[in-house]
Formats: sequence, structure tokens, C-alpha cells
Amino acid sequence: MPAPIRLRELIRTIRTARTQAEEREMIQKECAAIRSSFREEDNTYRCRNVAKLLYMHMLGYPAHFGQLECLKLIASQKFTDKRIGYLGAMLLLDERQDVHLLMTNCIKNDLNHSTQYVQGLALCTLGCMGSSEMCRDLAGEVEKLLKTSNSYLRKKAALCAVHVIRKVPELMEMFLPATKNLLSEKNHGVLHTSVVLLTEMCERSPDMLAHFRKLVPQLVRILKNLIMSGYSPEHDVSGISDPFLQVRILRLLRILGKSDDDSSEAMNDILAQVATNTETSKNVGNAILYETVLTIMDIKSESGLRVLAINILGRFLLNNDKNIRYVALTSLLKTVQTDHNAVQRHRSTIVDCLKDLDVSIKRRAMELSFALVNGNNIRGMMKELLYFLDSCDPEFKADCASGVFLAAEKYGTDSLTSLHVTAVLSCVLAGSYVRDDSVPNLIQLITNSVEMHAYTVQRLYKALLDDISQQPLVQVASWCIGEYGDLLVSGQCEEEEPIQDEVLDVLEGLLVSNLSTPVTRGYALTAIMKLSTRFSSVNRIKKVVSIYGSSIDVELQQRAVEYNALFKKYDHMRANPNPNIAVITIHASNSTEAEMTDFVFQAAVPKTFQLQLLSPSSNVVPALNQGTVTQVIRVLNPQKQQLRMRIKLTYTHKGSPVQDLAEVNNFPPQSWQ
Amino acid sequence: MQFMLLFSRQGKLRLQKWYVPLSDKERKKISRDLVQTILARKPKMCSFLEWRDLKIVYKRYASLYFCCAVEDQDNELITLEIIHRYVELLDKYFGSVCELDIIFNFEKAYFILDEFLLGGEAQETSKKNVLKAIEQADLLQEVSQTPKIFT
Repeated sequence: MPAPIRLRELIRTIRTARTQAEEREMIQKECAAIRSSFREEDNTYRCRNVAKLLYMHMLGYPAHFGQLECLKLIASQKFTDKRIGYLGAMLLLDERQDVHLLMTNCIKNDLNHSTQYVQGLALCTLGCMGSSEMCRDLAGEVEKLLKTSNSYLRKKAALCAVHVIRKVPELMEMFLPATKNLLSEKNHGVLHTSVVLLTEMCERSPDMLAHFRKLVPQLVRILKNLIMSGYSPEHDVSGISDPFLQVRILRLLRILGKSDDDSSEAMNDILAQVATNTETSKNVGNAILYETVLTIMDIKSESGLRVLAINILGRFLLNNDKNIRYVALTSLLKTVQTDHNAVQRHRSTIVDCLKDLDVSIKRRAMELSFALVNGNNIRGMMKELLYFLDSCDPEFKADCASGVFLAAEKYGTDSLTSLHVTAVLSCVLAGSYVRDDSVPNLIQLITNSVEMHAYTVQRLYKALLDDISQQPLVQVASWCIGEYGDLLVSGQCEEEEPIQDEVLDVLEGLLVSNLSTPVTRGYALTAIMKLSTRFSSVNRIKKVVSIYGSSIDVELQQRAVEYNALFKKYDHMRANPNPNIAVITIHASNSTEAEMTDFVFQAAVPKTFQLQLLSPSSNVVPALNQGTVTQVIRVLNPQKQQLRMRIKLTYTHKGSPVQDLAEVNNFPPQSWQ
Repeated sequence: MQFMLLFSRQGKLRLQKWYVPLSDKERKKISRDLVQTILARKPKMCSFLEWRDLKIVYKRYASLYFCCAVEDQDNELITLEIIHRYVELLDKYFGSVCELDIIFNFEKAYFILDEFLLGGEAQETSKKNVLKAIEQADLLQEVSQTPKIFT
């Protein structure tokens, strides 16, 4: 039987394949050869065959039949075999397979091997993929090696211990004694891995954290030595001595200093020193600064230090390197709540980042911008954010629209109303990115900005002409057309205004469109009805309304019937509607799971008013928004005072009587002026 | 670090080191999806991204992408330095490393990585010490094997 082909030979051959099919054929042929070789229990070439298998596995082909062979290699006495065997185990086995437990004994033996490189292989494999059972069995061996004076093994044992603790947290205690003098080591490898181990222990256990706080002075000393020491070729990276160790120490200090005044004070000076002296021309210096900033922000640092940290972040924002800008924005986002004023100082730089080409940076800049909006900067910020909303990628529009709307709601004031409404409109026009429950809020907002009514209804009408699929937009637009339709056709708008029939066409179009939800249809019908007092084409409206009197949609039917009734019973008011009478229709709906029965609506008004309650459509409000109860109220207000009303709802819900009292003060001014 | 992947511009995997327990199937899926995502990114974009619920740090060196998934608390900028250190180690070992070296000597690339990182964390911060250990291990390998059996 000829010797199996060499690894590099195989690689060369496979790479000559011109098609996927050709490659697959070669692989299959070789796998068959390897399989028979395995069957023959060939010790000589097992290593070569497994190596080839690992290559084919990396190309994506199945290699599970090599798993046991890896174990045989691990058990071999030859170092070459062990090297490939352990590599194979790490690549082909994972802890979900029982097979891997067979490794445990081999690893145990190898952890005690006379050659440190074999011990190293075992530690590496255990630390990379050891299961909980394996960790339990071998923790004792790892702990022994953690105490050895051989730094090559000690550093590996420390990281292996980290893995053991992650897998079996209860075993953490047993490593405590061995940590005693870890930090006295001179060897940087051991120092680094020890700090990692200490970090892991402190993160997992408050007791350990308390225990290790006493290490703060020692850690500060080590860090100081790293900064102050001269050039050390072995650990130098662009003029900085062992940045990896510096970063890990800073991270451990962060954990130890958090919520502890004494520790925080002990590290104050070194943090300030690192923050001011670290060279920032290369990424490595900035990496240390970044970690320093994170630590300063997390511990109980004095305010001067905090400001220093935020200013570092501010400088990061101006860095050409986009990676630096990215981490700056991420960090600022974390601190914006606690250090709001300090972050505000960098607002303009942050806003500039909205124009960055990188998607991740844009997103962070957007989130941060929203966090920075307040009563003082709303005007400027809103302008920038609206511009961003207009021009940003679709993936941002939803969140941006939400943010703009919330900001407008929170900080918009009367004097900023036009800005407010523009913001609102932009959100709505951004499409269905606005939540459904914002519609009533949007309407309220629009109502309150009286001088914007004409502009608003015109823009919304125009939007409807383009697209009637976005329900919140359609609903708000319908309501506005119903309410301000007279302004729409009156010639107050800058552009060519539509004629009444065109407007009615649009609204009727909404009623019949498949895209409209039942709620939207309700809005459309009501809008049409309202136009009967604003437009002259009353007959057309009457016709539409009467058609919907027999609509299948119960909600629509109910409204249509009532509006019809208005046409019939109250038409005499139409010609000279008594300006002192406000007609209010209430719609009661019930989103809970159980219906409300015996529903009674009562209202009381101040003395100068008179109230007339017409009979309600029903006194059962169906569950889950499946229908509404409507009732018409007429309020006589001869003195034209501001309309206020106290309302009382009584109903039975799930067998128990419920009473709800409320005061309604926010009737739109048109209802009583 | 949860895992490190090396792949070419055509999306071919050259090295995959996993520090979290995942089945072969899961690993394949993650590799495939992540590689596609990174290859779709434009050259001027930043080296960090959030992908699924992971923090990804990647950098391209000539024709190879080096990509790591790190934990939330990990410092992205120092991860870039880790990647760079690994590239330097490969470069020193192979003498001006190129993708072909990694293809034909993938097992050596793994051995070097395993002397630099363990369980996803750096075990040795001195370049010299890592290379010394690899050199000694290579020597041990030569001594222990019957000539010309391995390769």
C-alpha cells in the first residue's frame, strides 16, 4: 500500500480543481483513502491523514470520522502527533459530543508531562474547549500549575483557570490561594494573564471583589512603572510599553474602583497621568486612552478628572480615524445621562457626525443627538435632525422620526410652534415609521398651532395624492382635511388649490381603497361629513354618507347612520348653525378582553352652559376594539366661555361595577369661540 | 474573544478559531453570514460593527480579512492591536507572510495563534517570547518524528 500523499501535496492538488464538482471528487477520493488508512490502524501516517482531514474540514467538508483518530494522536508519545491531535480536537470536537470526554485522561497525563510544550498543549486545549465535566476533573491540576515557578506554564494556567471558572463558577474558591503573589511576577505574560484572572474573579463575586481591593496600590505601581520606564524593546509598541497589560490593568482598576471611594482616590493620580501623557498619534495610544476614559467614568472620580475624560472623547470626535470617532460616540452615549453638561459642549461636533459616511457612526451620532436635545438648543438641533431625517437611509427613518417627534413633544413650546409642526409633519411624511398611537397626539399638536393650519392641510393633502398606503399619515391627513378643508380650497395656500370635488374624490378614494384600515375609513368618513359644513357640495356628501349606512363595517355603518340622522334631524341648523351650540360626538371604545355593559356616559358643564345629551347608540361597548358606542352632545354656550366638562363613565366590566371620573379641558378653541 | 476568522476576499475561510462551544452546523452558519456581511462593507467604513448581538472587529491585510467577535466589555481599539500583533507574528515566522503561506501551512498558523492567545485572551505580550516558544516546539517536533513522515 503506497504511503498516503503528503499534506502540502494534497493542498496543491485540490487548488488545481477548476470547478466545485472537481474539488468534491478529489476530496471524496482522498477521504476514502484516509478512511481505509484509519481502518488499518496505521500509526505512522495517522498524523499526516488527520492533518489532511483538517484541511478538508476547513474547506467545509465533513470530517467527523476523524474525531477518534485525534484522540489516538493525543495519546501518542510523539510530540508531532500530539500537536496535530490537540489541534484536531479543538477543531473537530466540541463539548456537546461525548467523545471529547475521552480526552480527559490524556489531558491529565499531559498536564504532568515532563516537557513543558506538551503541558502547554494540554493547558491550551483545556482552556479553549474544556467542558464543565472536564474542568471539574482537571481543576486541581490547573491549580497546581498556577503555583509553578515556570512562567511559561504559569501564564497558561492562569487563563486555563479563567476558563474553568467560567464553566464551573463554584470552583473559583480553590484558585484563591494561588493568586496570592501573582502580581509580584516580573514576567509580563504572567502579569497579563493574572490580571485577566483577577478580573474574572472580581466580576463574578462581590466577596472576591472586596478581597482584591487591597491590590489597588500594587496595580497602580505596576502601571506607573510601565509608563515611566524607559524603552523596553521586548514590550514596546510604537513607543508605549506593553499596551495590552496597561489596558487590562486599567480595566481591573475600573472594577475595583467602582462604588468605592478609597480605591477611586488611590487611582486618581495615575489615571490623570495616563490621560495626559499618553501619546495619541497611533491607535495603540488611543486604545489606552479609551480604556482610561471608561475607567474614569465608571469609578468615583473627582469632577476635574471626569471633565478631562469627556474632553478626551471630544478630541476623539475630531480624529481622522473613524474607529476613534466610533468609540468616542459609543462612550459619550454611555455618559450623556450622568455628565450631560460636559457632553453638551461637544454637541456641534456630534451633530457633524450625522454627515459621516459610515453607517455605525451615523447611528450613534443620531442617538447621541437626541439625548442632547433640550429646551435651549431645540431650535438648532431640530433643524439638523430634520435635515438628517430627510436625507438619511431608510434604515434610520423609523428611529429618527420617533426621536424627532418625541423631542418636539417634550421641548417644543408655543413660540416654536411652526418648527414644532414642521417636525411633526416630517415625521408623518416619513411614513408609517410613526406609531399608530401617535395619531391623536399629532392631531392635538396641529390643532394648537393655529397659524399653521393652512400650510399643514395643504402639505398633507399633497402627500395623500402621492401615497395613501401609510395609515398614520392618511389618518392625520383625513382629519386635517375634514377640519380645515375650507382653508384647503380657499386660496390661502401658495400652490394651486384643489377644488371641492377633487378633495371629496380623494376622501372617497380612501373609503374604497384596499389599503385603508377600518380605522382609516372611519377618519375618512368623518372628514367627509365635516366638510358638509364647509363645502357647498352637500348633496354629494349626503349621498356618500347614506351609502355607508349599509356598510358591512359596523363602525362605519354606525357613523354613517348617525351622520345621516344629522342631515335629517338637524338640517335646519345647517343654514344658520347656531354659533353658540357646539355639537360633540363621543366615541367610546374598549380595548380590554371583556365587554363593558350598562355603559352610561354623563357630563356636567359649568353654570353658564347648557347640555343636551342625545341617546347613545348602545350601552354595551364590545371588547377588543370591535365596536364603539357613540353619543351626541349638544352644548349651548351663549357667553362663549371656554368649554369645560366633567364627565363620568359608569359600566360593568367582568362582573364588577366601574366608575370613572374625569375633567375635559382641552376642547379645541373653535368649539366654543 | 468569542472567535476569530481569517478569510480571503472571495470568502474562503483560511483559519477559524472558536472559543465558545458551538456545533459544526452553527459555526458554519455564523461564518457564512458574517463573512458575507463584512465583504459587503465598503473600504472606508470603520473596523467595528454590531452584528447579531456581537461586537465585531475586523481588519484587512492584503488579501486576508482578520475578523474577531469580542465581548461587550472588550476594548475594540486594543483588539485591533491584538490582530496586528498576530499578523506581525505570522510575518516574522514566515518571513514576509502572504496568504499562500497561511493556506499551505495552516497548522502552523494555528500553533502560532495558540501560543499568543489562550481561551480568547492574550497569554503573552512579548513578540519575542511567542516566537521563541514556537521555535522550540518546532525543534521538538523535528526531533520526535521519523524524518519526512509528517509533511
